[in-house]
Amino acid sequence: MAQQYLKEVSALKIRIKFSKTGAVRFIGHLDVMRYFQKLNRRAGIDVKYSTGFSPHQIMSFAAPLGVGLESHGEYVDIEVNSTMSSSESIKALNNASIEGIQVTSYVELPEGTANAMSSVAAADYIVRVKEQYKPTVIADNAMLKKRFEEFLSQSSIVVTKASKKSEREVDLRPLIYKASVNENGEIFMQLCTGSAENLKPELVLETFFRYVGDKMSQFALDICRLEVYGLYTSKDENGNVISEKLIPLEQFGKEIL
Amino acid sequence: MTKLALSDEILMSIDKPARYIGHEVNMAVKDLKDIDVRFAMCFPDVYEIGMSHLGIQILYHMFNGMDGVYCERVYSPWTDLDKIMREQHIPLFTLETQTPVKDMDFLGITIQYEMCYTNILQILDLSGITMTAAHRAEDEPIVIGGGPCTYNPEPIAEFFDIFYIGEGETVYKDLINAYRHNKANGGSRRDFLMAAANIPGLYVPQLYEASYNNDGTLKSFTPTVEGVPTTVKKEIVMDISNTVYPERPIVPYIRATQDRVVLEIQRGCIRGCRFCQAGMIYRPVRERDVEFLKDMAVKMLKSTGHEEITLSSLSSSDYSKLDELLNFLIDEFKGKGVNISLPSLRVDAFSLDVMSKVQDVKKSSLTFAPEAGSQRMRNVINKGLTEEDILNGCALAFKGGWNKVKLYFMLGLPTETEEDMKALAELSELVAEKYYEIPKSERNGKVQVTASSSFFIPKPFTPFQWAAMCTKDEFQRRAYVVNDRMKEMLNRKSLKYNYHDPDTSIIEGLLARGDRKVSSVIKRVYEAGGIYDAWGEYFNYDRWLAALEAEGLDLDFYTTRERSTDELFPWDFIDTGVTKNFLKREWQRAHEEQITPNCRMECQGCGAAVFKGGVCFEDKN
Ligand code: SF4
Repeated sequence: MAQQYLKEVSALKIRIKFSKTGAVRFIGHLDVMRYFQKLNRRAGIDVKYSTGFSPHQIMSFAAPLGVGLESHGEYVDIEVNSTMSSSESIKALNNASIEGIQVTSYVELPEGTANAMSSVAAADYIVRVKEQYKPTVIADNAMLKKRFEEFLSQSSIVVTKASKKSEREVDLRPLIYKASVNENGEIFMQLCTGSAENLKPELVLETFFRYVGDKMSQFALDICRLEVYGLYTSKDENGNVISEKLIPLEQFGKEIL
Repeated sequence: MTKLALSDEILMSIDKPARYIGHEVNMAVKDLKDIDVRFAMCFPDVYEIGMSHLGIQILYHMFNGMDGVYCERVYSPWTDLDKIMREQHIPLFTLETQTPVKDMDFLGITIQYEMCYTNILQILDLSGITMTAAHRAEDEPIVIGGGPCTYNPEPIAEFFDIFYIGEGETVYKDLINAYRHNKANGGSRRDFLMAAANIPGLYVPQLYEASYNNDGTLKSFTPTVEGVPTTVKKEIVMDISNTVYPERPIVPYIRATQDRVVLEIQRGCIRGCRFCQAGMIYRPVRERDVEFLKDMAVKMLKSTGHEEITLSSLSSSDYSKLDELLNFLIDEFKGKGVNISLPSLRVDAFSLDVMSKVQDVKKSSLTFAPEAGSQRMRNVINKGLTEEDILNGCALAFKGGWNKVKLYFMLGLPTETEEDMKALAELSELVAEKYYEIPKSERNGKVQVTASSSFFIPKPFTPFQWAAMCTKDEFQRRAYVVNDRMKEMLNRKSLKYNYHDPDTSIIEGLLARGDRKVSSVIKRVYEAGGIYDAWGEYFNYDRWLAALEAEGLDLDFYTTRERSTDELFPWDFIDTGVTKNFLKREWQRAHEEQITPNCRMECQGCGAAVFKGGVCFEDKN
């Protein structure tokens, strides 16, 4: 067994990146959490448990994904007592997992790293409008591209966002960090994500549909999240911020050899 | 990845789409080109309930261990999807390959409770399978039923090609081989059913005929063709430590009712409570080897990743190696994030010790099932638990810090008097008083006693199969008697009383002892929109009454009528090992208020010794 490679530590923070594709896109966030609890046990990950009569695993997921969306960039942070190497852990997890959920990275987080949930700053998406839901004005890819670029070129895109408690006006434009349409009519977007401001790709597309004079069906989109980013801040010795940049969450950790 | 049977649009508009997508951890995956027999295994209730059933997981594991056989699962679509499937003509499909059920060779339905009968019709209907078995076309699946309700299959006999009476581990292989053989020989559906009828434990209803007396009781029940046995003997596994067990049970994505590893420690029960069908039909008691169970516990926790394990059996405290098993589980898994959830155990020093190790005493409650309030009534039903047992158990537990007690009772038992009913409240009061006997400084706040009563429903193959059931109004009245008495108790503020819905109990009573005539009622209820009758919010009593009336059947004939001991019952053609004479003797002793010792104290010669094993031969080998 890999026992001799075990690295003993008191408590270690691990960041796991995984994909969620195929039929499991219909599994909700809470069930994905339950899935990981059981997956960790099956894979023999030495998870750290809370104490008490019903001990549980300590976990933090980055930006819960809505039901129906696929992703190649999901993240969960866990705590372990000891760990195998990154590659061994990935292998063990994938052997114990299903086709639709596959682990692509397993890294150790340095002491003091903010957890996945609170570090999220942006996310990449690829969105495809299903043929049968495309309004005729954007039916061909060239038209789609042209109209979408037009849509983006507006200096502000104000919509009313309704939450349970209130309605407020939001300008989507500054929250769209990047966006483009490729020749296959697939829309790539990098959107502001997180607890303060959170822009969902559905809202962008719904607004775009309205812009071209159509109402979007709730079933119109195939969405895949590609990556989730955190804000990496480098500081000088006095603690002053030198630079800030978005980096994929996995890059906050380092590979375990 | 298999293409899903439901479109994204449908999956996104229904509740819990994960019920219908399959592909869970440990699901069986097979290459269809190696398969010649496809078996759809159905639990006719919603996914979360069906996935919690151990029996299905055992059979799933068994079938998929057979070469050339692929067993796939089917559950009842919830009412939201049911509606969409009807509107859009989407055929019911299996979870594994998302194939229409109609394309299977077999559709096996496990029948665990009577109130799922309308869901069976839903399954057949949505699958596009002809409802009446005798009218099915050559290429339709063979519909086979199993589970406890098949001990009186008559109310649903019309809908099934075959019933498998007894434990599924034994003759399915023979059935599959007979099917292959018949196919190879170009035999017809009828030829196959004839062959099946001659496999032990299998009952083919369309090969039998019932005739009735003028008063509606059964006159005769006989095979209509030569070469079909007149009685069907239940199948049973004698060595339950050397048989299939799901080492790798399927792990649902959504939380199932039973979201844990289940270890079945024994089958059957030594106790012989006179109302209990399980205690009679699963005789004799057979224990699983403790080493086998330890090994399974480790393997199943590993293969599922579940965080909890539980034991399953009737009267778990009677399992002879219980201490050893529980101590093993605690030593092995405590502190490793595995909760041990205990079945209800006889309350004594041992169980309290175990409980205090695995649960939070402040939050957990003690459970007793005295079933009846008075000692007289407990003698009638042969429940060996005495008032002293309960009060001593409570005293011990209260000193250990417990302060919540749950008491389970039945109302409407044979010979029950006003005193017996009131005794239910009085026993609850005694429990509360016991609590206040301990010094205040040792108490843990207030005591909370919750008494719950269900209504007694006579079941086939029990000593009470001859008993009259109460009417709905009488059930209601008895619950009021208890409730009123509760209010007179000194500690009434610490007592809580809940009782079951009498409507459902009445219909369950109808279906439990029904005959072939009842099938038309079930069909009518289904056609009038009845499904999910086991779910209070969908059960509609009036719909059942209307169907009975339309079919010209009298509810009381099936429920409130006390049967004479020489009546021929619709289920009498089944041989469970336990003899009718033994049941009659027990019915007699009930009236004499006589307790009958359990199997380990003194064998009563019930008949189950014909199976040559288990508790009947414990001391003899
Ligand atoms: S034959 Fe005797 S020991 Fe065996 S089940 Fe019957 S009563 Fe119990």
